[in-house]
Amino acid sequence: MADEMQLLEERVNREYEYGFSTDIETDTAPKGLNEDIIRLISRKKHEPEWLLEWRLKAFRHWEKMTMPKWANLQYPEIDFQDIIYYAAPKTKKAKPGKLEEVDPELLKTLDKLGISLNEQKRLTGVAVDVVMDSVSVATTFQEQLAEKGIIFCAMSEAIQKHPDLLRRYLGTVVPMTDNFFAALNSAVFTDGSFCYIPKGVRCPMELSTYFRINKENSGQFERTLIIAEDGAYVSYLEGCTAPRRDENQLHAAIVEIVAMEHAEVKYSTVQNWYPGDDAGKGGIYNFVTKRGICKGNNSKISWTQVETGSAITWKYPSVILKGDNSIGEFYSVALTTKFQQADTGTKMHHIGKNTRSRIVSKGISAGKSQNSYRGLVKVAKTAENARNFSQCDSLLLGDKCGAHTFPYIESKNNTAVVEHEATTSKIGEDQLFYCEQRGLDAEKAVALIVTGFAKEVMNNLPMEFAVEAQKLLAVSLEGSVG
Amino acid sequence: MDTIRTEYLEERFKELQSAQTGSALQNWRSEGFKNFNKLGLPTLKNEEWKYTGISRLFTKDYTIPSKKDNVIDREIVDKTAIPGASGMEHLVFVNGKFNKDLSSFQSNDGFEICSLEEAFNGKYHEDAEAYFNKSSLFIKDGIHALNSSFMNESVFIKIRKNYHATKPFYFDHIFDTTSNHLLASPRILVVIEENANVQMIGSYYTHGSMDSFSNEVMEIVVKENARLEYYKIQNDTPNGSHTGTTHIRQIGKSYVHTVNISLNGGMIRNNTDIIMEEQANEAHMYGLYFLKGNTHVDNHTLVDNTKPHCFSNELYKGIIDEHATGVFSGKIYVRPDAQKINAYQSNKNILLSDTGTINTKPQLEIYADDVKCSHGCTVGRLDDEALYYLRARGINKDLAKSMLLKAFADEIVMQIKIEQLKEYVETQISDRLQLAD
Amino acid sequence: MLSIKNIHASIDGKQILKGLNLEIKPGEVHAIMGPNGSGKSTLASVLAGREEYEVTEGSVEFEGKNLLELSPEERAKEGLFLAFQYPVEIPGVSTTNFIKAALNEKRKYQGLEPLDAASFLKLLREKAALLELDKSLLSRSLNEGFSGGEKKRNEIFQMAVLDPKLTILDETDSGLDIDALRIVAKGVNTLHNADHSIIVITHYQRLLNYLQPDFVHVLMNGRIVKSGGKELALELEEKGYDFIKEELQESLTA
Repeated sequence: MADEMQLLEERVNREYEYGFSTDIETDTAPKGLNEDIIRLISRKKHEPEWLLEWRLKAFRHWEKMTMPKWANLQYPEIDFQDIIYYAAPKTKKAKPGKLEEVDPELLKTLDKLGISLNEQKRLTGVAVDVVMDSVSVATTFQEQLAEKGIIFCAMSEAIQKHPDLLRRYLGTVVPMTDNFFAALNSAVFTDGSFCYIPKGVRCPMELSTYFRINKENSGQFERTLIIAEDGAYVSYLEGCTAPRRDENQLHAAIVEIVAMEHAEVKYSTVQNWYPGDDAGKGGIYNFVTKRGICKGNNSKISWTQVETGSAITWKYPSVILKGDNSIGEFYSVALTTKFQQADTGTKMHHIGKNTRSRIVSKGISAGKSQNSYRGLVKVAKTAENARNFSQCDSLLLGDKCGAHTFPYIESKNNTAVVEHEATTSKIGEDQLFYCEQRGLDAEKAVALIVTGFAKEVMNNLPMEFAVEAQKLLAVSLEGSVG
Repeated sequence: MDTIRTEYLEERFKELQSAQTGSALQNWRSEGFKNFNKLGLPTLKNEEWKYTGISRLFTKDYTIPSKKDNVIDREIVDKTAIPGASGMEHLVFVNGKFNKDLSSFQSNDGFEICSLEEAFNGKYHEDAEAYFNKSSLFIKDGIHALNSSFMNESVFIKIRKNYHATKPFYFDHIFDTTSNHLLASPRILVVIEENANVQMIGSYYTHGSMDSFSNEVMEIVVKENARLEYYKIQNDTPNGSHTGTTHIRQIGKSYVHTVNISLNGGMIRNNTDIIMEEQANEAHMYGLYFLKGNTHVDNHTLVDNTKPHCFSNELYKGIIDEHATGVFSGKIYVRPDAQKINAYQSNKNILLSDTGTINTKPQLEIYADDVKCSHGCTVGRLDDEALYYLRARGINKDLAKSMLLKAFADEIVMQIKIEQLKEYVETQISDRLQLAD
Repeated sequence: MLSIKNIHASIDGKQILKGLNLEIKPGEVHAIMGPNGSGKSTLASVLAGREEYEVTEGSVEFEGKNLLELSPEERAKEGLFLAFQYPVEIPGVSTTNFIKAALNEKRKYQGLEPLDAASFLKLLREKAALLELDKSLLSRSLNEGFSGGEKKRNEIFQMAVLDPKLTILDETDSGLDIDALRIVAKGVNTLHNADHSIIVITHYQRLLNYLQPDFVHVLMNGRIVKSGGKELALELEEKGYDFIKEELQESLTA
């Protein structure tokens, strides 16, 4: 309680506090998308021929596809020829342990965002890969991790140093033809993080990637690949911000996770892309495909997300439960305010025997926003004794917003048990009154109640992130009560 | 694989139109066929038809008889009607067309029955204009448009103010498929006036070995302080496929109670839409689909709350055996400013076989904040604890299973408030479960 | 009538019973007491045939038959009755229909005709009166919305109707107030006779004040570690289970 109060006290800015932009020289490709642009990206990254061919194949497939229309989202047609697909800050990437090589302007930016690259100064070990626009600008703790055989590096670096691993796994969880945005990403992805945990290794620190869009008119198309070998464990964090701009910017990322036998991967996201202004102008269009496969028996993949940013969110972190006894989890808090629209949820695809999945989704709608949960639980014929439990609750703050729940359950196995529950209600008058009677103003009371509403999900975040996320919820709620 | 054919329908449409020149429905049909051509048959990509591949029914040519035929006689009607039909207001539809000669009535006042054409041309002109085809505003797909294209000898019923019907209205649909595959397009408009009280039943029977596809649209308008119970019973042969839209508008503060029982048939899709157009409306919707063989049943429901203070409760239950497929897709929709809504929806399924499929999609779409809405759904097997308890008391496993399934189904069957109909459904279920009495 | 020899049982790979022996003769009342987690309810489940429990070693003979080979319903029809610790709620199945089905299954097994409606109702009324069971409960769904006391009385009521040879009362006293306890005990005592044996599984001694056991056994760590007459129950009540533990320690170190 004391922590929560303190967090609320800390709120100062009513504005999106990461909305500044950094004046840094950028190497950019011309606007538009065609095979030449893809060749250019591939050349800039010194990629092998097979990867260029792979990209071109994805592009040719994408050209034949149309944007998905089934989500409960409304937005104008996106002009894919009006986007810059490659933008790299003109700064040398620092070598491991040589942070003095990082452009001071960039360091200042990262400081402002609360990301410290200074390894010595950090008490808790969190290794960070920072991706700005199209490239990774710094990765920390690489040497320490390497001692344990863990590879943690930028995707572009992995292409050079670990081409075999990449070739073996890239696109195996999210095929390039999976959907419109996955195909687009496969064609033009620029950077992202690559992470490999060898057999039997528990990663000793949290790994994290920080994404930042800086350049105007550019899109961000990063790609993350995490491989956990037999018995490996890793907890992975992802954060993101973008400058405040009047135009909408496109973010179309892919995350792929492979968990082998007895491996466990925890993936947490605090998504705080610029949501647009009070009139609904600007903001990031966030179309993301995240999917993990529990390939080995007894493996586990857990997604936790706190979604507060973006003008439009379209994402469904999923788990394919292929290994027997494997476990998939999805914990989500999605808060929409202003004119934000979110259509988010998960897919749990049960294939192996005794597979378990759990879905907890908490949606909070305020302002003139629309917040939809969309989730699929699919039980294949082979999934003997599969179990799923889903709980999806929506909270409405105000009468101009919407809260929607669209679960899909498809079962072909007569030993499986699938349960879904959902409720939608407004914030309790009696709860509010109780808080107010104890001296809290309405805004604080709401923040407190919302924090409680989201607690089950927040509890799944690693400690460092949980505090950030709670603060973010409180800040995002400001001005939406009354 | 057989190809899907709809081109020949153009020919049939022209035949029907020229046989019916001067009919009041001429323009409506033209409009319908124009829409059908524009929309086409819904595919699985259509979110509302995601789990029901209706176009599969169009790999054969259907006849669409435009004139009365005499294969179906009194004897067949008597043999196939539900028990107690002789004491009901019994409306017989042959191949989708109302057949006055085979119908029989118990009362002669309190209600009015005529063809829709007559309604448009005569003294019910205003009702027809005001209430006809409003369901097309909600269901914008080719299947609905197809009904409008081929509706013929449709029926208009008016239940007069303050009339408390003591006999249920029974819509008895019989399809003759002794020599051809048949497409039937029954169309019914019912207006229930203020303070009236009525029970209605629909049933479907395919007579013959060829296939029938009945594509029904029933529109019901319920006025202030009226009360409607509607029971739809599906126990057809496996060659009888069906799409039915029951579009109920509660335009006055009223009470609606629907029960949909699906036991046998081919591919079945039931749209049950309740539009709450006045404050403090109340609706209860129940459904049971107990399926075997290759039967496919898709129950698609909507409760559209357009005004404050409405209440709805919905419970659909499914038992799926053999190769059958059960689909439930329900939506609670709360419009902006429709505050103080209480809406509940529940869907429970038991999958008995390892070759059956259950797809369920309960949805909440809510644009007002002061509401209490919830839904829950389960897909599973019989409760192991309960089964063990029964067995520990000496009841053998098969009987214990049957008892539990019967109890599962009974929750819905109990909602049938016409005694003879309830007994009929109970017997059907007990027979399937091999339970004595 | 019941002979349990060196029974070992486990659930989910966890060994609970570790070589339990027990002999019960017709008409005897045996109390099995023990601390939480000692395996009391596991014993009840193993005897009734719950499928999650795996018997890894040992044998159970009931009336000359190998009990472990029988399905739960066959055991019931042979005359074994388990009064559940947590009777399950079964919506939609009325108590009356349920008991009728159970009784007729048993009669069929015994080669008897089903009971006619009049005799059946008479039997129900008679037994319901014995348990002071509100008749309205009989038409309600099985155990659904019943209070804790009603559920337990309903268990004994079913026992009365089904007339078993061996009854296992699994913590029947838990969650009962003193009045309900008295009614349940009265029911059990009325039905106890020279052919009807009873196993009372309980944590506390209080039910035994009413039931007068011939033997009291202490179950610990999956085995019967001490047996005695009813005075043992009083001793346990007074000193707690620790004194037995101490005794055991002493005998081990001695």
